[in-house]
Amino acid sequence: MSNRIYFDNAATTPLDKDVLDAMMPYLTNCFGNPSSIYSYGRESRLAIETARKKVAKILNAHPAEIFFTSGGTESSNTAITAAVRDLGCKHIITSSIEHHATLHTVEYLHRHDNVELSYVKLLPNGHIDIKDLENILASSKEKCLVTLMHANNEIGNIIDIHKIGNICKKYNAIFHSDTVQTVGHFPFDLRNTPVHFITGAAHKFHGPKGVGMLYINENVKIKPFINGGSQERNMRAGTENLYGIVGFAKALEIATEHYEEESTHIKNIKLYMKEALEKNIPNVSFNGDVLGNSLYTVLNASFPKTEKSEMLLFNLDINNICASGGSACTSGADAGSHVIRAINHHPNQVAVRFSFSKQNTKQEVDIVIEKLKELI
Amino acid sequence: MLKLPIYLDNNATTPMDPRVLEAMIPYFTEHFGNAASRNHPFGWEAEEAVDYAREQVAKLIGADPKEIIFTSGATEGDNLAIKGVFEMYASKGNHIITAVTEHKAVLDTCKHIEKAGGEVTYLSVQEDGLIDLKELEAAIKPTTVLIAIMYANNEIGVIQPVKEISAIAKKHGVLFFTDATQAVGKIPVDVIKDGIDLLTFSGHKMYGPKGVGALYVRRKNPRVKVTAQMDGGGHERGMRSGTLNVPGIVGFGKACELCRIEMEEDTKRISQLRDKLENSLMQLEEAYVNGNKEHRLPHVANISFKYVEGEGLMMGFNKNIALSSGSACTSASLEPSYVLKALGLGDDLAHSSLRFGLSRFTTEEQIDYTIKAISETVLKLREMSPLWEMYKEGIDLNSIEWAHH
Repeated sequence: MSNRIYFDNAATTPLDKDVLDAMMPYLTNCFGNPSSIYSYGRESRLAIETARKKVAKILNAHPAEIFFTSGGTESSNTAITAAVRDLGCKHIITSSIEHHATLHTVEYLHRHDNVELSYVKLLPNGHIDIKDLENILASSKEKCLVTLMHANNEIGNIIDIHKIGNICKKYNAIFHSDTVQTVGHFPFDLRNTPVHFITGAAHKFHGPKGVGMLYINENVKIKPFINGGSQERNMRAGTENLYGIVGFAKALEIATEHYEEESTHIKNIKLYMKEALEKNIPNVSFNGDVLGNSLYTVLNASFPKTEKSEMLLFNLDINNICASGGSACTSGADAGSHVIRAINHHPNQVAVRFSFSKQNTKQEVDIVIEKLKELI
Repeated sequence: MLKLPIYLDNNATTPMDPRVLEAMIPYFTEHFGNAASRNHPFGWEAEEAVDYAREQVAKLIGADPKEIIFTSGATEGDNLAIKGVFEMYASKGNHIITAVTEHKAVLDTCKHIEKAGGEVTYLSVQEDGLIDLKELEAAIKPTTVLIAIMYANNEIGVIQPVKEISAIAKKHGVLFFTDATQAVGKIPVDVIKDGIDLLTFSGHKMYGPKGVGALYVRRKNPRVKVTAQMDGGGHERGMRSGTLNVPGIVGFGKACELCRIEMEEDTKRISQLRDKLENSLMQLEEAYVNGNKEHRLPHVANISFKYVEGEGLMMGFNKNIALSSGSACTSASLEPSYVLKALGLGDDLAHSSLRFGLSRFTTEEQIDYTIKAISETVLKLREMSPLWEMYKEGIDLNSIEWAHH
C-alpha cells in the first residue's frame, strides 16, 4: 500500500489531513441543517458563509458570486445550460478537447434546444486557434457562449483566459471556463478577469469529493439548475453538504498559502520526469505544449507501440504505479482518449498521463523510470 | 447530566451515527481514489466501496443494486426523477399529478415543468393530510406520465397510502415516483411490495452524511428510464455524471445498513418516547395534533397550541431545545406552513405549531425536559394573552368583529 506510487492526481488527489481536521466537527457535533434557525442551524450557516467568504477572497471575487455545488460536473452543467436557457445564447463555441462534462452537455443542448455548435480549430501543440475563435464569433449571427477549459485535464495546456475573455467581450459573448484543473493550482483574480462562469472541484486540490463551486459573475443573472429550497440564495436547492463546503474552503486556503513552493516543487518533478524519459526511453514524445503554456501538474507522454507497451498501463499497475491513459471519467471505455485523438492521432503510440501532487517526489520518478525501461 | 440544547428537529437533519463516520474515514484518507479510475488499485478500491454501498442502499428498500443512482441528495433526486421522466416520456404526454403538501423540491420542480410546457395537477389533501384516492384517479388523463406523491410528509409525518397509489398508477399505465426522504430508514419501505417506480431519499435524514442521496429507478416491470440532467463522464449508467462522492456514498451505505438492522428496535423505543411526549403535551388545553395519527411516522409529532403565538413559543425555549415549526427549507420565512394550511388550519393554529422529530439518539430524560419546558412556556404565554383570557371567559372569538388597522 505505502509503496504505491500515485501519479494520477488529475483524476483525484488524496485529502489533506488538515482538511479532514477542519471537516471533523461538521461530521460530528456541528450537524445542524444550515436552514434551521436555532443554534445548531446558525452554526452551520455561519460555517458555510465563512467558507464562501474565504473562497471569494482567495479568488478575488465577491462572496455573492460564489455558489457551492456537488462538484465540477454540476457546475459546468449549470453554467452551460443557463447560458442557453436564461442568457439567450443560441450558438455554443467549444473545442473537441474539453472535458466530457462540457462536451456531453453542449451536444445535448445542440440536439434538444437547437443550439448551433462550433468546435474551434486546434493547433498542433493542442492550443486552440485564437484566430479561428475570433472568426467564428465574428461570423455568428446569434449570441454566443464560448466554453473553453482553462487547463486541459489530459495534456495540461493552459489557455490565455484574459485574451479569450476579451475577445468574447468584444463580441458580446458569454464566456464559461472549466477551471476544475486550475482552481487550487493557479492564482485567480476574478475581479480583473473577463469571465462569466468558472468552476471548481475540491477533490482536485486535496479537498473532499462531492463538493464543487460555481462562480457566476455578478453581471449575469441565471435561474437555478436544481429546483427546491432556497439554499445558495435560491440558486442551488438542496441541503448543503456542510462538511464538504468547509473542506472546500480549507483545501483552497492551504493550496493558496503554499502555492509558490508547491507549484515549484511539482513543476520540478514534471521537468525532471520529462528529461528522464527523454534520456532513458527511446522515441518518447510528449503531447501538448509541455514546456510552454502548460499546467505544472500534468505530463502526457507517448511511447512507441510495441507488444509490450500496449499493456503499459496494466503493467505499471502491477508494479504499483498509478497513472492513466486519459480522463478517469472515461478510463473504463476502450475508445481511448478523445483529447489525444484530436491533437495527435498516431495509431502507433501509447499515451500515458502522469499527473503529480505536492506529495510526489523525484525518487518516485526514478522508480517509475526504471520500471518503464523494463516495460517498454 | 442533561446536555443542552436538546435536538428534536431530526426531520431537518440528523446527527451522523459515529459508526457511519468510522466507515467513512478510510475513504477520506488512504482509499482516496476516483471510482472511475479503471487502471489502478486506488480506483478499484473506491469502486468496490461504492458497489458495496450500492448493495447496502438497495437492500434497505428491496431494490436491485443496479437500480440505485447515487446523487448529491434528495433534492437532486426529486429534480432528476421529475424532469427526467418529463423529458424521457415527452412523446407519451406532459401531465404530472402531485399534491399541495409535497416538499419544496418537488413543488418547485413542478413549477419549472409548467414553465417548460408541462401540465401539473396539484391534489389537495384531506384534513388529516392524506390524499383522496378517488380524486387522484379522477385526475389521471391520457397525457399523464407521472404521479409524484411523497411517502411521508416532512412536517406532519403523515404516511400516504403508497400501495393504493401505486395500484392506481399501474392500472392507468402511469409511473409512480415517491419522495421517501423522511420514510426510508424509519419505516419499512419496499419498492416491490409498494409498487414504486422511482424513489428518492438522502443520507443526512437517516444518520448518514449530508451531500449524498440516491434515486431508485425501476429496471423491470416496467423498465423505467430518466433523461440525465447532468451530463459528463457517463457515471451511474449515464443517468448522473460527476465524480462519485466515495466517502459520502460509503457513509450512506453504512447508514442504510444500520437502519435496516436496527429499525425495528429503534422504532419501538422512539415511538414510545414520541407517544409520551405527545400524550403529555395533549394534557394542555386547546392542543391539537396535526395530521393523521394512525398513518404517521413513529418519530414525528406536529402539535398546535391554540392562543399561543408561534414565534413567542419558540423564543421561550429555543436556547435549550432545537425545534422548528415546519420545514427547515422554509423556516427562515415568517409565513405559516403551507402544509398545515393545506390541512385547513387557520392562521392561528398554523402559526402556533411545533414539529417534533425524534431520533435514535433521543433519550427519555430529554423528552421529560422538553415536556416540562414546553408546557411551562405555553402556560406562561397564555397567562399573558388577552385572547386566552377571552376564551376562558367563554367569548366566542369568531364572533368578534375586529377593527381593521
